[in-house]
Amino acid sequence: MKGSVLQRLDQLVRQLLPVGLTLLLVLLDATPTRLPGFAAVAPLLPLISVYYWAIYRPDLLPSSVAFGLGLINDVIIGTPLGVSSLVYLLVQGMTASQRRFFHGKSFLVAWWAFGLVAMAALTLQWILVSIIFGHALEPKAVVVEFVMTVSFYPLLSWLFVRTQLALMRQG
Amino acid sequence: MKQHSGTLGRLATLKLLAQRFAFLSLVMASFALMLLGKADTILVERLRVAVSDTVAPLLDVMSRPAGAIAEVVGAVHDLASLRAENVRLKDENAKLMHWQMVARQLDNENRALREQLNFIPDPDPSFITTRVIGDTGGAFVHSMLINSGTRDGVRKGQAVIAGEVLVGRIAEVGQRSARVLLLTDINSHIPVVLEGSRAKAILTGDNSDRPRLSYLSPNTNASPGDRVVTSGHGGAFPPGMPIGVISSVQDGVVRVEPLVHRYQLEYVTVVDYGLPGILPSEAPAAEGRDR
Repeated sequence: MKGSVLQRLDQLVRQLLPVGLTLLLVLLDATPTRLPGFAAVAPLLPLISVYYWAIYRPDLLPSSVAFGLGLINDVIIGTPLGVSSLVYLLVQGMTASQRRFFHGKSFLVAWWAFGLVAMAALTLQWILVSIIFGHALEPKAVVVEFVMTVSFYPLLSWLFVRTQLALMRQG
Repeated sequence: MKQHSGTLGRLATLKLLAQRFAFLSLVMASFALMLLGKADTILVERLRVAVSDTVAPLLDVMSRPAGAIAEVVGAVHDLASLRAENVRLKDENAKLMHWQMVARQLDNENRALREQLNFIPDPDPSFITTRVIGDTGGAFVHSMLINSGTRDGVRKGQAVIAGEVLVGRIAEVGQRSARVLLLTDINSHIPVVLEGSRAKAILTGDNSDRPRLSYLSPNTNASPGDRVVTSGHGGAFPPGMPIGVISSVQDGVVRVEPLVHRYQLEYVTVVDYGLPGILPSEAPAAEGRDR
């Protein structure tokens, strides 16, 4: 299947979509919202993306890419370097290895599983950051962040499904 | 045929092993990065700064709609409370007129006294005002990205204020962007005094909205409503900059409500008071100060 240059370019852009979307979410997380109290508990949007693509298209967002995205996230957000890399890497690896479980399962199952994954991810992040900073961080904000992240899952996952159906059908 | 499938199987096993190995080495790499971040702050900082500089124009564009939306919401909100606001402002204006009179008198008196003492005034600080382009979300770090860097004269350790109120200090500087460490961040420690009693303390962030006062001597009478200002100790900030008011005193934990909240910041002012600062991480980076 060797199309023209344009066709191959088109193919490439479609294949880069998951990574591009995740990068966009990293930047979106860093955008000032000016909502009172929102910034401190802003949802971890890239985590949703890493999880979603690990189930449905792990070939387009492999673990090495998840690692890289985590690194970019750390640099932009200002968390200690390597923390998000490890978290995204583990989320991608664990989810992708269990992806058979999700096939044919309903949206609610995926959402519920995401709750577990997000809880593990945020707990790990909390422990790592606390060790690196040398203080135990206040867990309250982390709990609220967890709730926010889980409640943003349906919206983002709907967007991803739409994207996948519209642009990546042949894959 | 059998041999063939055997080779294939071996190949598959090898591939799986390679994948496992790659995964494990990335896990190791993450831990190595965390250690590196602890040990070699300068290298890590350079990396951070390079990336923030690269994404700064993008973030700048992305932060504009957010500002516009906030403005519209604010306008609607203001419209609803116009009458009450008017009454309050008239009241406040009357009070302020009185204060203005007092201030004029004090100003005259001050000038007269200074002339008698041959007082040499502090040099006027230089400052720049800049846009906030990134408010890094999340429960772990309280910092912001601003749209100016070394090319605009921003240096590490400078005070960042909004209006007259201290909001943080410059932690990292790139060419065209810089990171502001907010007062509420867990790594922020600022020497302060209570304006009334002159009791000294350190304002310590803990990633909550209300930072704590630590090292406050136990016999100090701190009560809610007391104003907290910088003490000028340590040479990072000039003395007397307002920060916030004490919001609660519970079981010996004194919390301070900052006068300016993070979400209100759209433009901030970076002020160069020409103070050296004694930020521990800055010990080797004392260049750029002697000009």
